[in-house]
Amino acid sequence: MSSLFEEIREPVASDVPVRRVSITVNGEKRTADVEPRLLLAHLLRQGLGLTGTHTGCDTSNCGACTVLFDGKAIKSCTMLAVQADGHEVTTVEGLAGPSELHPIQEGFKDEHGLQCGFCTPGMMLAAKALLDENPDPTEDEVRWALSGNLCRCTGYQNIVKSVLWAAQKLQSQSAS
Amino acid sequence: MTRALDEIKIGGLGSSRKRVEDNRFIRGRGNYVDDIVLPGMLHMEILRSPMAHARINSIDTSKAWEIPGVRLVLTGEMMATRNLAWMPTLSYDTQAVLATDKVRFQGQEVACVIADDPYIAKDGCEAITVDYEPLPVIVNPNQAMADGAPLIRDDKENQHDNVIYDWEVGDKEGTDRAFAQADLVSKLELHYPRSHPSPIECCGSIADFNRATSKLTIYLTSQAPHLHRAAIALVAELPEHMIRIVSPDIGGGFGNKVPVYPGYVVSILASILLERPVKWIEDKTGNLISTGYARDMYLHGEMALRKDGKILAMRMHADSDHGAFFSDAQPSKFKIGLLHSTFACYDVPAAHLTARGVYTNKAPGGVAYRCSFRVTEAMFFQERMMQAAADDLGMDQAEFRRRNFVRDDDFPHRTPFGFLTDSGQYGKCLDVGLEAIGYSDFLKRKEEAKKQGRLLGIGISAMTEPLGAGNSREYDILGVKMFDAAELRVHLTGKAILRTGAKTQGQGHETTWAQIVAHELGLPAEDIVVEEGDTDTAPYGMGTYASRSTPVAGAAVAMVARKVRAKARKLAAHLLEVSEEDIDWELGRFYVRSSPEHGVTIQECAMAAYSNMPDGMEPGLENVAYYDPPNLTWPFGCYIATVEVDPQTGVWDVLNVVAVDDCGVRINPMIVEGQIMGGLTEAYAMSSMQFITFDAQGNCVGSNYMDYLLPTAWEAPGYELHEVVTPSPHHPIGAKGVGECATVGGPAAFVNAVIDAIKDTGVRNIDMPLLPDRVYEALTQRHDVSGAPPVKTDD
Amino acid sequence: MYPSRFRYEAPRSIDEAVALLHQGAGEAKVLAGGQSLVPLLKLRFAAPELLVDINSLPGLDYHRVDADGTIRVGALCRHADLERSTILATRQPTMAAAARVIADPIVRNRGTLVGSLCHADPQGDWASVVTALGGYVTAQGSSGRRNIPIAQFVTGPFQNALAHDEVAVEAVIPAPKGTVAGGYLKLERRVGDFATAGAAVALEMSGAVVTRAGIALTGVGGSTIDAADAAHALVGGPLTADSIGRAADLAAQAAQPRTDHRGSADYKRHIVRTFVERILTRVAQPTERAA
Repeated sequence: MSSLFEEIREPVASDVPVRRVSITVNGEKRTADVEPRLLLAHLLRQGLGLTGTHTGCDTSNCGACTVLFDGKAIKSCTMLAVQADGHEVTTVEGLAGPSELHPIQEGFKDEHGLQCGFCTPGMMLAAKALLDENPDPTEDEVRWALSGNLCRCTGYQNIVKSVLWAAQKLQSQSAS
Repeated sequence: MTRALDEIKIGGLGSSRKRVEDNRFIRGRGNYVDDIVLPGMLHMEILRSPMAHARINSIDTSKAWEIPGVRLVLTGEMMATRNLAWMPTLSYDTQAVLATDKVRFQGQEVACVIADDPYIAKDGCEAITVDYEPLPVIVNPNQAMADGAPLIRDDKENQHDNVIYDWEVGDKEGTDRAFAQADLVSKLELHYPRSHPSPIECCGSIADFNRATSKLTIYLTSQAPHLHRAAIALVAELPEHMIRIVSPDIGGGFGNKVPVYPGYVVSILASILLERPVKWIEDKTGNLISTGYARDMYLHGEMALRKDGKILAMRMHADSDHGAFFSDAQPSKFKIGLLHSTFACYDVPAAHLTARGVYTNKAPGGVAYRCSFRVTEAMFFQERMMQAAADDLGMDQAEFRRRNFVRDDDFPHRTPFGFLTDSGQYGKCLDVGLEAIGYSDFLKRKEEAKKQGRLLGIGISAMTEPLGAGNSREYDILGVKMFDAAELRVHLTGKAILRTGAKTQGQGHETTWAQIVAHELGLPAEDIVVEEGDTDTAPYGMGTYASRSTPVAGAAVAMVARKVRAKARKLAAHLLEVSEEDIDWELGRFYVRSSPEHGVTIQECAMAAYSNMPDGMEPGLENVAYYDPPNLTWPFGCYIATVEVDPQTGVWDVLNVVAVDDCGVRINPMIVEGQIMGGLTEAYAMSSMQFITFDAQGNCVGSNYMDYLLPTAWEAPGYELHEVVTPSPHHPIGAKGVGECATVGGPAAFVNAVIDAIKDTGVRNIDMPLLPDRVYEALTQRHDVSGAPPVKTDD
Repeated sequence: MYPSRFRYEAPRSIDEAVALLHQGAGEAKVLAGGQSLVPLLKLRFAAPELLVDINSLPGLDYHRVDADGTIRVGALCRHADLERSTILATRQPTMAAAARVIADPIVRNRGTLVGSLCHADPQGDWASVVTALGGYVTAQGSSGRRNIPIAQFVTGPFQNALAHDEVAVEAVIPAPKGTVAGGYLKLERRVGDFATAGAAVALEMSGAVVTRAGIALTGVGGSTIDAADAAHALVGGPLTADSIGRAADLAAQAAQPRTDHRGSADYKRHIVRTFVERILTRVAQPTERAA
């Protein structure tokens, strides 16, 4: 971060050991000093201001915090920030290109795959991990791949349709 | 020659317009309370009681104060010095903010630590030691009402037992007379288990008190910002105009975000004391263990029947377990919500209902979880009773319902408990549903399957429920009448901003309210921005819950648009140089009746309102409308499920689900269908896996997502949706509301289907959730499995 | 949601990890997939002084089959690798069946089989599978490497036989003699739910005759249950309705379930019986056996 000045504040508990981590987040290298106990989800949200990653439970069940870690979907509340040192993380903010939405984002809007929007980032990243591996999934394969993410609003049927919509669009894009 | 706009093209009524709010959500740019960061903000964590009932001998916070980064530690004793240890509930009871004398349920708030970050605040909580002296624990109404039961609310004067209320409604004598005439009396007893709305986003607040301006801004997970502003003004004794509630994006509400919670209150006091913003974000355990539960009601009833299947009367009793504080969010006139809306779709000549509410050592709440105040229990009992009665009569369950439905030409219809239903085509909805599910074919398949030892079942649930609380004669919360308001401002260029006192949490108000304005004014929906949730700018409203937004706030939107159109008509007359009586309206345009090609668009009227108004006319084009509904709206839903039960394990799979909803005129069919599918999934969850229960010591089972199970995409059934449209006769655009219908009506369809599959065993009831072991027990032991899911142990 | 403070080290070699654990003197925990440990840290049910993160150790993310048929799973092999494994799909049906139903798909991307064994949750699936297969864990510590048979490795609920300075580096499934058959079934109310009850069955066969059998049970005791009597009842003969029924009965008898909100003890025992019977009945079909 460049700025004209930076306030120097005494750390509150100076005996707390911190570690410097460098993480490539959405293609950009980010460096931070973190306490080992800091969860990756909290570093992304509070440290890096990427609040699209949500935390919805304490027990690693809801999947609202799902991000891609070296291309694989993981629950960022169940990984320490220090563990991400030297790795690549993709959050929802990294899904869209500079000018256009990712087909998964378009699919969720087109098929009404979201209501309150809270689970949506995690759902979309779980969907991306699926489509990266299996570009032409069946409905059952979509349901299976998303079964680590909870949604309370939609009843899932439209989420499944959204992912299938995106799969079709991605396939037609790669065909043309 | 008219030039009316194509309503669908401008995103008006009936358009499945894509949602405006999605543009930020799909980019991860929503703005939820936890996303907000204010300069100098501190973080609060709550220490909760591990015991369900215990006297607090002492609390030692000294170690917490020593932790670097801890700024403030608050206990009940310190809250009491500010007269904030207790707060009023929405049902005229009191609730502890932080415990002083006793803890009364597991998870109750005991102390709060405010620190530089939430990790340190949690460290502080861990450093607090509390000396508890255990007391006997009450976990159900029977224990609460037993002789010699320990008194839970010994803090209250004149409270000598654990009974909160005894309430009755209906015609006792008439009901008794009808029972004396009955050919057959059918009985049913059941428990609707304790549940929790459990939005994925938990509750939270950021209190920001500015000493310089005396203004308190609170970012709050609130379904009802104005109600919360009033409540906080009363609790904290702060002037209402110095409180600003901002309810930003809400990660689901379902009733959970209606009450006022201790965490909100303590964060406010902490901010006042520290003069810094204080953020409190609840964790999931805190959310499930302490905030507004739902249901937990024991119901029994009997139905008087004539041999030919005619219902003569209903007699019902409810025992409601309210936990340690009576903090239901509901209209104050009705002690057990709108439970007495039961049997509204059937012609029942006489009925009587008694209800008793009790205190127990469980979390308070009694919120309307995707439900208009206890109608979920009402309709579940109704539709389970209907199946039991049909079986007792030996009559087909569809035919039995059809025979007793209120007829299409019998509206408005007075229900046995005094409600006035507005309209409906109940028989038609049932027929559409039976056709879609292939009823007669399924009955044949079921018989075939039985020969191979397979158990198939079909369940029907049909109900009309009261939405849109409500008219000011009958409905208020804490004395505030349950109207809603909308404010519309059309700018010079014909673009507009609409504000309401409702608060969207996923329902898509930003999209649909604009559609109502488009319908009324002919402005393209995309030209209207919708804003809600900021009490400094939004007109007064009672908020979004109980499916009341479309019936009340939505009506206010239509009415304010009509007021604006009335002024636009004057402007049009001025521009067209004719008198108002000589012009007509078509969508988007006024024209001279005798010369239709001469007209002005609504946008031209808007421009004139700022640039060319007639002499003496107040400039501008804006208005506000307060809508006090003349009656409730009564949508109808018919839900039919087919299942197969594995006789070896008790596991049941859903084969098909058909939903037929008549919610009146649909503003945005896509969004309506989304609401129905979401509701059906919560219905499936309640019937199959989702519940909270307690062991004998009052330990909560279901306080995290490992035990409180929400279905995933894998378990959730697929749905086939159908519609029938009977417009509401009194709502300005004929809409009735839909958000909760499927959650209310759905559970009985699943349960009825499973009971139908095992009917040959003689089993009449398995209480929810229908976990495989309960179904297996019923199947093999051939007895009912009733009561709260017990936490049985071998100890 | 917010763990207590701990020290954190990410060693680059097993020796370094062992040295760190040795210094940790019992107050250290090994962090591999973290899908059980991190939730425990968040809930503050666990508060170790030191976390030794072994994710940077090279060469432990494998699973492979030796020439003789021995299957080896490294400490950093994730559940998802096993779920997608063609090796398991063609050679080890019990493991292949279990890999698919561990936790949920996102957790499977991170969690490990070896970590699951170390966690020794009585409701853990892998411990049952490895027990049925007669596998063992290879541990490396200050005093060298040793192989610990799974029956001795899991010593109780959430307890294992590792010394405080040992790292479990590999799980090993010994080479089968003959054809392999088996399966894993668990009753869960929802994806990611803990098992109400589960059963792992692993057979080796010579023609139609069972030459080795292992049956182990999930979630029906204080730790993983080795239903050895049930397995023994199958050895030496073909799978018949009688032998299947007898094994299923014995497995149900071996279960020591407790009644809880997931179901009564009797019900869980019944599920064990049903699942063992279902797996055996299915593998009795000749097409179900892998070469």
